[in-house]
Amino acid sequence: MLKFTTRRVTGGLRLPANKLRSTETPIRRGLIPPRLVISTRQHRGPAAIPVVGIGTAVLRGETLARAESQASADVHAPTSGRVVAIETRAVPLATGVATESCIVLDTDGLDRRVAEPSPVELAATDDERRRQLTRAGIVGLGGAVYPTAAKLRTGARCELLIVNGAECEPYISCDDMLMREGAEAIVRGAGILRTIFSAERCVIAIERDKALAIDVMTETADRIGEQGLSIAELPSIYPAGGERQLVEVLTGVEVPSSRYPAEFGYLCQNVGTAWAVYNYFTTGEPLTTRVVTVTGEGVGVPGNVEAMIGTPIADLVAACGGYKANPVRLIHGGSMMGFALPGDRLPVTKASNCVIVGDPAEFHRDAREWPCIRCGECSNVCPARLLPQDLLLAARAGDGNGLESLALDECIECGVCDIVCPSHIPLTEIFRQARPVLRRHREQEAEAAKNGG
Amino acid sequence: MAAEPVDFELASAPHTPPKASVPVMMRRVLYALVPAAACHSYFFGWGLLVNFAICALAALLAEAAFLRLRGRTTREALRDNSALLTAALLAFAIPPLTPWWVPAIGAAAAIVLGKQIFGGLGKNLFNPAMVGYAILLVSFPVEMTQWVPPRMGDIDYSRLTALEHLSYTVTGELPPEQSLDALTRATPLDLAREGARSGRSFSDVRANSLFGDFGGRGWEWVNNFLILGGLYLIYAGIIRWHIPICVLAGLLLPATVFYFVDAARFAGPAFHLFSGGAVLGAFFIATDPVSAAATIKGRIIYGAAIGLLTYAIRTWGGYPDAIAFAVLLMNGAVPLIDRFTRPRVFGHG
Repeated sequence: MLKFTTRRVTGGLRLPANKLRSTETPIRRGLIPPRLVISTRQHRGPAAIPVVGIGTAVLRGETLARAESQASADVHAPTSGRVVAIETRAVPLATGVATESCIVLDTDGLDRRVAEPSPVELAATDDERRRQLTRAGIVGLGGAVYPTAAKLRTGARCELLIVNGAECEPYISCDDMLMREGAEAIVRGAGILRTIFSAERCVIAIERDKALAIDVMTETADRIGEQGLSIAELPSIYPAGGERQLVEVLTGVEVPSSRYPAEFGYLCQNVGTAWAVYNYFTTGEPLTTRVVTVTGEGVGVPGNVEAMIGTPIADLVAACGGYKANPVRLIHGGSMMGFALPGDRLPVTKASNCVIVGDPAEFHRDAREWPCIRCGECSNVCPARLLPQDLLLAARAGDGNGLESLALDECIECGVCDIVCPSHIPLTEIFRQARPVLRRHREQEAEAAKNGG
Repeated sequence: MAAEPVDFELASAPHTPPKASVPVMMRRVLYALVPAAACHSYFFGWGLLVNFAICALAALLAEAAFLRLRGRTTREALRDNSALLTAALLAFAIPPLTPWWVPAIGAAAAIVLGKQIFGGLGKNLFNPAMVGYAILLVSFPVEMTQWVPPRMGDIDYSRLTALEHLSYTVTGELPPEQSLDALTRATPLDLAREGARSGRSFSDVRANSLFGDFGGRGWEWVNNFLILGGLYLIYAGIIRWHIPICVLAGLLLPATVFYFVDAARFAGPAFHLFSGGAVLGAFFIATDPVSAAATIKGRIIYGAAIGLLTYAIRTWGGYPDAIAFAVLLMNGAVPLIDRFTRPRVFGHG
């Protein structure tokens, strides 16, 4: 196995991982909830268009909605049943709760397939390959849910394919468990992705605290013996697994927010995506399930579930021992970047890597706030090397020029500045709200430049 | 579509609560001073504790009064422990035997002129305790330079009982058989400077019984405990090592060089480390987050400059100690330092 040397990561923080509780038991499989709520938009880009009507009986793997462009992806039935409604519902997507058109499917519990599993041959041209990925509903499963077909740009040189198994955010363990249990699918899937993207080399990046996953993956990769594939052990520093941070720690290249890693010859894919790609090309089954971590102090038996897309979170929690007394907060994603959900009727989407049920003590935050004492800890831990203490002043003053020169754009909202702030100032939220201020400032500047000649 | 009922609390990321808080940090710094304060009290009597009590009272009163004037609520600000820390640092800098109005004026000046007129906690340019000290030193140079000598068997001087000490603090009256001259001495740093001025060699000066193995007697021990407290602050993650180490390096490097050039004339590094306020300044004063540089690179420059200035003022200047002025000068330079050490943004050229 090739040893991959990593570099120093800028900023970041060692955080309590809170992952042990959800990794004690194997991934729970085979959960068929009575009703699925499947969003026609699971990903970045436009929604897919429903091709079924109310009352249509569908089988597992059947297309429910079809993508009209490669910036989107098809949506399929995870199991057999009948469409009972097509209506707008609140769903959790990559950046928050959105209202989307959803296909409501009453399952029949028989799980009949639309076709017997059979391998799919990888097409020869980029165009056809993109179509295959779109039809298979494959999107990035790391949380950003970028359609995989859209990442395949003809003519673009891919020097290094980075398969991201870092999973640096606290609480989330779905990638860890998938690597432990599905190492072969991930390694072979990485091989297929490498062919698709014509990548010269491939590295699977895993944080050092996942010793078991590293062992299993290394052993599997050695056994399969693919040339040019290596495994990199990353420091367990949050947010080393962020896309730009990952490129930095593996290659030393800093990709600014205005550009994509692909422009520098690097392509990032999540281990879950590699697993989905392998599944599709070996069985013909599109992406209709994903592993979701269900954890937190407020849930009975934390663990990971291979959940059908559309599973209501209430069913997911019920499958994990239900709620303990007084669950107060329901978080979609990790504890650093995840967002709070209003209720548990929202369904799992392809973006759902983790659901945290918080009890009152777990995320309790002292409401008191003190003045900034300019200790600078926020800037010492900022992975983008920003000056949050100065950005704070600019944001509070509504100073567009200041936000521009302090590079608010580069903030990845990882939240480490909040954690170290002794004054308990909600910096990340303030910066999130300052983005429209910066946008308006730019529009005014552009307007002024146009008018001024 | 019916709106989703809200069954769970809505809050924005990050959900993980913050690690430290301002009052806890300040309180821990106060704890870190306790061993040194105990040692100080052993060698120099009740003065430090009496001064701290007066400083604390005056600081809190001044803070409350000024917050009222500014139309702010007082409760939270008084409980952030920052005024208490200012009071404690100032108490260390004031001679143990002193009338009450010296610490009172110093603490009130520290809070009002050092902090509140800038806009309160976090807005001040200068370290408030050092502002208070500087004002006291230029206003009451006599009161600020009379130190009681350490309690050592072979140092002969009069001693006050706790009651007599308190009585002097409150009334300014000494018992009839006592005199201030008999009770106080110059500090070792003063002796060294006077000696250098009058052309005596340092080796000659340090024959005085006030000098110990490294620095001033008693002071050596207080400084040992201050180093211990400072190391605790680094260990507990309340301060980072850059400022204290650079202050000490900036002070000790030139001290070593000059010592090797002419050991008879210049005091050595051990003397500089273990006399006066070098350790207190390095670990507890220069590290005040509000008035120090913010970036790591900036802190290295800031710390080293404080150390160098301290050496220069101690060696060639006219003040009893130099830490306060070195810190204040560099506080003034912080905006400039921060500007020139601004880190390069991720991915930007």
